[in-house]
Amino acid sequence: MSFPYAPVLAAAEPASVAQASGTADLTWLLLAFPIAGAAVLLLGGRRTDRFGHLLGTLASAASFVVALVLWLDMAGRDVEERATIQKLWTAIDVGRFHVDIALQLDQLSMAFVLLITGVGTLIHIYSIGYMAHDPDRRRFFAYLNLFVAAMLLLVLGSDYFVVYIGWEGVGLASYLLIGFWGRNPAYATAAKKAFVANRVGDVGMSLAIILMFTTFGATDFVRVHAAAAGAGEGTLTAIGLLLLLAACGKSAQLPLQSWLGDAMAGPTPVSALIHAATMVTAGVYLIVRSGPIFDLAPTAQLVVAIVGAATLVFGAVIGLAKDDIKKALAASTMSQIGYMVLAAGLGPAGYAVAIFHLLTHGFFKAGLFLGAGSVMHAMNDTTDMRRFGGLRTAMPVTFVTFGLGYLAIIGFPLLSGFWSKDKIIETAFHEGGVEGWTLGVVALLGAGITAFYMTRVMVMTFFGPRRWAEDAHPHEAPAVMTAPMVLLALGSVFLGGILAYGGMLQDWLEPVVGGHGEEEGVTTLSPIVVTLLTLLVVAGGAAAAYLQYGRREVPVVAPVGSPATIAARNDLYQDAFNEAVLMRPGQYLTRSLVYADNRGVDGAVNGLAALIGGTSGRLRRLQTGFVRSYALSMLGGAALVVGALLLVRI
Amino acid sequence: MGVQNYLYLSAILFTIGAAGVLLRRNAIVVFMCVELMLNATNLAFVTFARIHGNLDGQIIAFFVMVVAAAEVVVGLAIIVTIFRTRRSTSVDDANLLKY
Amino acid sequence: MTDPEFPWLSVIGAVPLVGSVAVASVPRGRELLAKQLAVGVSLVVLALVVALGVQFDTDEAGAFQFTEYHKWVPEFGVSYALGVDGIALVLLALVALLTPVCLLASWNDITEAPGARRVQTFFALMLAVEGILVGVFAATDVFLFYVLFEAVLIPMYFIIGGFGGAQRSYAAVKFLIYSLLGGLLMLASVIGLYVAGPGGETGFLRSTLEGASIDPTTQRWLFLGFFIAFAIKAPLWPLHTWLPDAASEAPPGGAVMLVGVLDKIGTFGMIAYCLPLFPDASVWARPVVVVLCVVGVIYGALVAIGQADLMRLIAYTSVSHFGFIALGIFAMTSQGQAGSTLYMLSHGFSTAALFLLAGMLAARRGSRRIADFGGVQRVAPVLAGLFLMAGLSSLALPGFSSFVSEFLVLAGTYGRYTVAAIVATLGIVLAALYILIVYQRVMTGPVAKAVEGFRDLRPRELWSVAPVIALLLALGVAPQLALDVINPAVDRTLQSVNQGDPQPDVPATAEQGSGR
Repeated sequence: MSFPYAPVLAAAEPASVAQASGTADLTWLLLAFPIAGAAVLLLGGRRTDRFGHLLGTLASAASFVVALVLWLDMAGRDVEERATIQKLWTAIDVGRFHVDIALQLDQLSMAFVLLITGVGTLIHIYSIGYMAHDPDRRRFFAYLNLFVAAMLLLVLGSDYFVVYIGWEGVGLASYLLIGFWGRNPAYATAAKKAFVANRVGDVGMSLAIILMFTTFGATDFVRVHAAAAGAGEGTLTAIGLLLLLAACGKSAQLPLQSWLGDAMAGPTPVSALIHAATMVTAGVYLIVRSGPIFDLAPTAQLVVAIVGAATLVFGAVIGLAKDDIKKALAASTMSQIGYMVLAAGLGPAGYAVAIFHLLTHGFFKAGLFLGAGSVMHAMNDTTDMRRFGGLRTAMPVTFVTFGLGYLAIIGFPLLSGFWSKDKIIETAFHEGGVEGWTLGVVALLGAGITAFYMTRVMVMTFFGPRRWAEDAHPHEAPAVMTAPMVLLALGSVFLGGILAYGGMLQDWLEPVVGGHGEEEGVTTLSPIVVTLLTLLVVAGGAAAAYLQYGRREVPVVAPVGSPATIAARNDLYQDAFNEAVLMRPGQYLTRSLVYADNRGVDGAVNGLAALIGGTSGRLRRLQTGFVRSYALSMLGGAALVVGALLLVRI
Repeated sequence: MGVQNYLYLSAILFTIGAAGVLLRRNAIVVFMCVELMLNATNLAFVTFARIHGNLDGQIIAFFVMVVAAAEVVVGLAIIVTIFRTRRSTSVDDANLLKY
Repeated sequence: MTDPEFPWLSVIGAVPLVGSVAVASVPRGRELLAKQLAVGVSLVVLALVVALGVQFDTDEAGAFQFTEYHKWVPEFGVSYALGVDGIALVLLALVALLTPVCLLASWNDITEAPGARRVQTFFALMLAVEGILVGVFAATDVFLFYVLFEAVLIPMYFIIGGFGGAQRSYAAVKFLIYSLLGGLLMLASVIGLYVAGPGGETGFLRSTLEGASIDPTTQRWLFLGFFIAFAIKAPLWPLHTWLPDAASEAPPGGAVMLVGVLDKIGTFGMIAYCLPLFPDASVWARPVVVVLCVVGVIYGALVAIGQADLMRLIAYTSVSHFGFIALGIFAMTSQGQAGSTLYMLSHGFSTAALFLLAGMLAARRGSRRIADFGGVQRVAPVLAGLFLMAGLSSLALPGFSSFVSEFLVLAGTYGRYTVAAIVATLGIVLAALYILIVYQRVMTGPVAKAVEGFRDLRPRELWSVAPVIALLLALGVAPQLALDVINPAVDRTLQSVNQGDPQPDVPATAEQGSGR
C-alpha cells in the first residue's frame, strides 16, 4: 500500500536488534581504519618507517571519531531502536552451521568501542614519545592497530564465532607485543606463556561455541539467548563454565592467571592498553554478554563469583610484595578484574556494575601504567621501586596524574573508583545469605589491601628520600606523553561521578544487560553503611602502608622478609605449581613419547624390515654354487611333484 | 616279450643318468649323463606312441632330439671355455655363482 | 573454450607429463632453460585449472563434471574415465597451485654437483608427480585410480632418493616399501571389488560400484584393504613413521609435494572411495577410526614438541593435522566432512609455507637442527614474519582458513563423538606449544653467531611463499567461497553412507538477526 517496502512483522522480533541503516551503516568503518593501518604498516615495511607512527595514530583516531558519531547517533534514537546489526558477509554455511560476519552495535558494545578507541588513541599518542628511540617503532604501531581492530571485532561480533575470531586476534596482538623485545629470551618466553595460557582458555571458548551449536543449532547471540530457556540446566551450566574458562584465560583469573605478571615484559603502553584497560577485561565482557545463559545456570554464576573473589584477594596479596612497579600494577589489575568478575557473577544486578568498574578502571589503570612508563622513561628503564623515591619534585606532572589515578583506584571519595568499587561491594552484600556476606566481606577486605599496596607504590616512588642509581637523571616526559596522562587523569577523577549520576550508565545498559533489580534484594546493610565501612577499611590500609613505608627507611635491597612475603613475591608459587604439575610432566611425556615413537612404533617397522632381511640372509646361504646340489634339489622337487600327483590319483 | 619292458629299460637308463649327474664331478661325464636321461625319456615316448597307436610320442621324441642337439652345441662350448680359463672340468670348481 | 566435448581433464593431466619429458630432454648445461620451462608448464596447468574452475557449475558440485569416458580393458571392466566433483576440484586446485610454488622455491636447492643427478631430472620428476596427481584426483574408475595411485610413487621415490639429504636412500626405500605394502592390500581389494560388484564393461566405474549392494562381510574386508592403503598414505597413527623420515630427507620442494599434496590422496581416498563404496563397512569401522584419529592428533602434537629437527617437527605436526582431517571424514556430518575437505586445502598451504621457509632457513644455515638457530628475526625480519604467519596458520589461528576447517571438524564431530571432540580440542593448546616453541628458539633471543650473515628473503623466495599465505588469509576471511563448492559433494557422500547430521536438542527458531 503506501509502504510497499515496510519490513514485515518487525514488531514480532523478541529483542530489539534491527538491521543497521543510516548512520549505523558506518559500523564497519570502526574496524576498517585500524585494519588498513596495520596492513599498510606491515606490508609497507621499512618504507613506512618515517610516518608509521603517525599513520597508526591517525587510524586509531579515525576509529574514535567514527565511534563518537555512532554514539551520538545511537543516543539520539529511542531506546528500543538503539541496537543495530550490520551484516557484512556470510562466512560459513555448512548444513545447519551458519555464521555471518556481522557487527552488533548495541549499548554494551558501544561502551566498549568508546573505551577501546578512546583510551587506545591516547595510548597511541603516548607511544609516539615513548617509542621514539626504538628502531622498530613502525612495527609497534602496526601491532597496536592490529590489536585495536581485533578488540573491536571482539566486542562488535554478533555471533560467538565472530567474537572468537577477535578473541584470538587480541591474543595474537598481545603475544606479538609482549614479545616485542624478543631478543631478550625471558621476554620471548613471557610472550609464549601468555599465548599458551590464553589458548587453554580458548579450549573453553571453542567447546562452549560447539556445545551451543549442538544444543541450539545456532551460535549468534540473538538466537542462542532466545533459545537458552529451553535447554536443560546441566547443558547451560556446562556452557557457562566453559565460557568462564575462556574468560579466565583472557582476563588472568584463577587458575590461568600466571601469565599476566610476565606479560609486563612488553613495552609499557602495551601494558596500559592491553594488559590493563581493554584486552584483559574481555572476559568480563564475555560473561556480561552471555548473561541470558548465566542467569539460567545459577551454579555457573556462583562459580564465576567465587573465581572473581578468589582472584581479587590473590592478586591483591601478590601486589603487596612486588618491588617491580609494573608487576605491582599488574597484580593490581588482576585483583581489580577479580572485582569485575565477582560483580558479573552476581547476576543481572551486577552486570552493569561490572561494566561500570571496567570503564573507570580502564581510565585510572591506563593512567597509572602510563605514569609508570613515564617514570621508567626517566629512570633508564628501571622498574625497581626501591631505586625510586622522591620523584615528586623531579616529575611534577607525572606525580599529579599518577597521584590522581592512585586516589581513584583506592576509592577516594568522589573519584571514579569510589563510585564503581563501592557499588560492587554494595551489590555483593545485597546478594544476602552466606554467599552475599562472604563475597561482600572478601570484596571489602580487598579494598583495604588495595589501599595498602597502592599507597606503598605511591610512597616508594614519589615520596621519601631519593634512592636513585648513580647515573639516573630524572626529567619530565615530553608533552606528547604527558598530554594523554593528563586526559586519563581527568577521566579518573570525573568519569565515575558522571556515569554514576542518576544511574546514567545503568539506564543506558539496561536494554542489554537487564534491570537493576535492586529494590527487591535482601536488605543486609544499607548503602551508606557499606560506603562508610569501605572508606574506613581503605583509610586503614592506606595509613598502615604509610606507617610502614613512608615513616621508615626503605632499604635499597629487599629484605628477606617473612615466609608470607616471600610467597607473595613469588606470585604465591603459581609458576612453581604450574611447572611442577604441568610443565615437568609434560616435558617428560613428550620426551618419552619421542623415544617411544623412535624405538616403539618406528622400531616395530624397522624391526619387521630387519626380520625379513635377516631371514632372507639365512635363506640365501642355500645357494651354495655347487651345481650338483641344485640338481639334487631339482630331482627331489620333481619326485615330490610326482609323488603328490600319484597321491591325488589314489 | 611285452612292450612294457622298454619302459623298464627307460626307467633304468634314466636312473643311471640321474645318479651320474648327481654323483660325478667331471663336467663331460655329467653332460653325457644328461644326454642319457634325455634318451631314456625318448625311449619312453616312443614306447608310449607304440602302446597308444598314435604318433604323438614320436613327434615329441623328435623335439627332444632337436633340443638335445642344440644343448650339446651350447653345453660343450661352455665346458670348453670353462676348461680353458680354469684348467679343470670339475663342476665343483665352478661354484662362483652363489649367494 | 566452452566446447562441452573438450577433454579438459585429460589435457590438464597430459600437459605436465609432456612438459616433464620436454624438461628431461633439455641438454646438460642449459639448466636455467629447464627451470623456466618447468615453471612455465606448471603455470599453464594452473591457468587451465582456473579455467576449469570458472566453468565449474557450483550448483551441481555434487555430480561429476567434465566427464570423459573411454573403454580401456572392457573384458575386465576397466575404463579410462575422468570427472571432478567439488571435492576433487578443490584438490586439483591444490595441486595446480602448489606445483609452481614448489618449483620456484626449489630454484637453487638442487645443485649440479659432479656425479650428482641432473637438475633437469628433478624438475621433470616434479612435473611428472603433478601430472599423475591430476589423474589420481580426476579418475572416476577405481582401477585407473589404483594404477595412478601406485604410479605416483615412482617419481616421488626418485625425488627423495636422488635429491634428498644424507639419509635419503633409507628414507626413500622406507617410503616406497610402506606405500607399496598399502598398495598391495588395495590391489587385492580392487580385484575383490570387481568380483563382488556387478561386473560388466563398466564394472570398475565409481558410478557402477556406488550403491552396488555387497554383502557386509565382504564389504568389511574390501574396506580394510582400501582403508589401510589410505591410512598409510595419509598417514594415520600408528602407520606414520615413514613420513618424518621421508619429509625431512626430501628436498624442501619435494617435501611439500609429498606432504602437502601427495598425502592428500589418503584422505581424499577415504572420503571419495571408502565411504561411498563401502557404506556399511565404513559405519562399522567408524569408532575405531575415530579413536585412531584422536590418538594421532594428540600424539603427533606431543611428539612434534619434542623434535630437535625443523623438518621432522613439521612432519609430525602433519600427523596431528591428518588426524583432524580423518576425524572429520569419519564423523560423517556435513560440518565434519566439509571441514575436512577445506582442511586438506589449508593444511596443504600452511605446510607448504612452513616446509619451504624451513628449507630456506636450512639452506642458509646448512643445518636443520633447531638448536643451531637463534635470533633470526633480527637479521631476516621478512623471513621470520612469514614463518610466524605460516606457523599461526598451522596452529589454526582465526583469520586463517585452517581455523575454519579445524573448527568445523570439531563442531561436526562433537554431535556424534563428544569425548573424541573434547580430547581433540586439547590439540589446539599443543599446537600453540609446538609452533611457538620453535618460533621462540629459532627466531627470537640473541642472534646466534652462525645466523649473523643471513640475508633476508630474495624476491623469488618471497614470491613463492607470499601467495600461499595470502590464499590462507583470503580463505580464512571468506571460507564460503570454497565451501560452496565442497558442500554439495559432501552432501552426496553423506547420502551414500546414509548418515544425516545430528539434530540440535533445542533448535533455535528465531531466524532474525542473521539475515538468512
